[in-house]
Amino acid sequence: MSYSPHTAADRERMLAAIGVGSVDDLFADIPAAVRATRFELPAPLVEQEVRAELARLAGQNRIPQVSFLGAGVYRHLVPSVVSEVIGRAEFSTSYTPYQPEVSQGTLQSIYEFQSLICELTGMEVATASHYDGATATAEAALMACRLTRRHRVAISTAVNPQMRRVLATYCAGPGIEIVEVAADLAEGGTGLTSAATAAGALSDECACLIVQQPNLFGGIEPMAELADAAHAAGALMVAVVEPTSLALLAAPGSYGADIVAAEGQPLGIPASYGGPYVGLMAARMESVRQMPGRLVGATRDGQGRKGYVLTLQAREQHIRREKAASNICTNQALCALAAATFLSAVGPEGLRELADLSSVQARHVASAIEAAGLGERRFSAPYFAEVAIRIPDASRRHAAMAERGIVAGYPLERDYPELADTLLLAATELTTDADIEALVEGLESTR
Amino acid sequence: MSTTLPDDRRYSREHEWVRVEGSVAVIGITSFAADELGDIVYVELPELGAKLAQFSSFGVVESVKAVSDLFAPVSGDVAEVNDDLRASPELLNSDPFGAGWIAKVTLTDAAEMEQLLDAAAYAELTAG
Repeated sequence: MSYSPHTAADRERMLAAIGVGSVDDLFADIPAAVRATRFELPAPLVEQEVRAELARLAGQNRIPQVSFLGAGVYRHLVPSVVSEVIGRAEFSTSYTPYQPEVSQGTLQSIYEFQSLICELTGMEVATASHYDGATATAEAALMACRLTRRHRVAISTAVNPQMRRVLATYCAGPGIEIVEVAADLAEGGTGLTSAATAAGALSDECACLIVQQPNLFGGIEPMAELADAAHAAGALMVAVVEPTSLALLAAPGSYGADIVAAEGQPLGIPASYGGPYVGLMAARMESVRQMPGRLVGATRDGQGRKGYVLTLQAREQHIRREKAASNICTNQALCALAAATFLSAVGPEGLRELADLSSVQARHVASAIEAAGLGERRFSAPYFAEVAIRIPDASRRHAAMAERGIVAGYPLERDYPELADTLLLAATELTTDADIEALVEGLESTR
Repeated sequence: MSTTLPDDRRYSREHEWVRVEGSVAVIGITSFAADELGDIVYVELPELGAKLAQFSSFGVVESVKAVSDLFAPVSGDVAEVNDDLRASPELLNSDPFGAGWIAKVTLTDAAEMEQLLDAAAYAELTAG
C-alpha cells in the first residue's frame, strides 16, 4: 500500500505556483555529496513477520533477576493507577495545551505536577517538566548564566558523569566554561564535595555551583555550606536532587538552593534504557522569567471561575525564537503526569516509607558484604540509598555475575580511574533480603 | 496625543525618547508605545555599565498582550537604571515621560541626537 497525500497533478500545481521546476530543485541548496541518493530499506513485512522480528529483538534484552544498578536511575514500584491514568486517551493523545478553552484537564494536571514539585523541593515555582534530569541540569546552568550574566559554571565531580557530559555539550555552543570542583575521592576520604574546595574553585566569574544531593556515590553533601560558598562568590546554588530522597533529606529551598534540577524517573516511571524519563526544575519566583520551557498558571476566567493557562510565554521559543530562554528544551507531559499520579498515590507518608526502606536496605547491602569479608565501604560519609564498596577484582566479578542474572551495581572505574575495584550498589524498597543474599552469594562464588 | 508630547527631548522611530541632561541621556518609551503595548507587566532592564549602541536592542518590555525589544535611541554606557520598574512596571503606562524612565546613559556621541525626531516630527509619525 502506498500512501501519498498529493496526486501528481497536485504536485505539478504546487511547483508551478512557487516557480520551481521539480521537487529535486527544492533540495538544490544541499551539496550533492551529503545528499542521500538511495535508501536501503528492508523489504516490507506482513504483520506476523513484524511481530516475530520485534519478539526476536526483545529477546535480546537481558532482564536481570536481581539488580543493584542505580547511578541515576532507580527501580521502584509503579502502582497500577499510574499506567491507568496516563493510558487515558484524554492524556495520552493530547497535544500542547496552547488553547486553554479546550485543554483545562491537561493544564490542571500540569499545574498539579508543578505544585507537587514545589512542595517536594521547597521552592516557589516549578516548570511543566523537561526532557530528563541531565538536560534539566544543563538548562539550570544556562539559566544561572542568564541570571548572573556570567559565563562560567562550577560543578562537583561527584555529580553524575552523564549529567556532566550533557552539561559540556550544552555549554560548548554558547562558550560557557566549566570548572570542576574535585570531590574528596582519596583513600579514606569522604566522597563528598567540601565547601572549602568549592570556595577555592569559585570566582566572581562563576554563575553557579552545581552539586548533586545525594551525590553519585550516595553521599550526603553539606548543601547548606556549599550554598553559602556559592553565594559568597556571588554565584547561584544549583542543587541536583533525587526526588524520593527529599522525603528524608532537607528540601533544597531550606538550604539556600536557587535552582533545583532532578531526574524524575524514580517517581512512577519504569527504569528502561534510553527513557522516556522526565526532568524536573524548580526555582525562586524572582527568577521565573529566566526559567526555560513551559509553565502553567492558575487564574480566574471572566466569570470568576478557576482556570489554568500556559503563562509567561514571552520566555518561550514559539513567541520569540531568538530571545527565548531556551530553544532546545521540551517537556515530558505524560511522564510528568506519571510522576504526579505516583506522588498522589503514595502520598507524603508513602514516600517517606519508600525512602526509609531504600536507605535501610542499602545499609543491609553494605553490612552483608562487610560481614562476609567481601569488601568495604570506599567512603566515610553518611549515605542515602546507594553505597560505594571496594571489592577486589570488581570488574571481572561484576561481569561474571551479570552472566548469571545478577547486576552487582555500577563499576565506578568506568568514569573514575581512581575508583578501580569499586562498585556502586543501589537499593530501593523493591530490594529484598533474598536479593542481598544472592548478591553476597554471587560475590562469594566469584572470588 | 501630539499635544502632550514634551518638546524637551528627541524621539526615535522605534518609539523611545531621550532627554539630555549635560553628559547624561535619560531614555524611556513614548506614551504612544505604552498605549500600543497595553498593560505593561515586566521590564527587563540593562545591566549597569553595559555599552549601548544606537538603535540596538538593550532590554525588553512585556505587556499582557505583547513583548517588545527596547532600542537605544543613542549610544552610551548605562550609568543608572530605574529600579522602581522592577516592582512597578505599570509606571511605563501611567507616566512614560516621567517616573517611567528606563535608563540613564553617559552619552558617547552627542551628534547622534541629530538623527532623532523632534516632538513635532514624532507626532506626525504617530498620527498616521
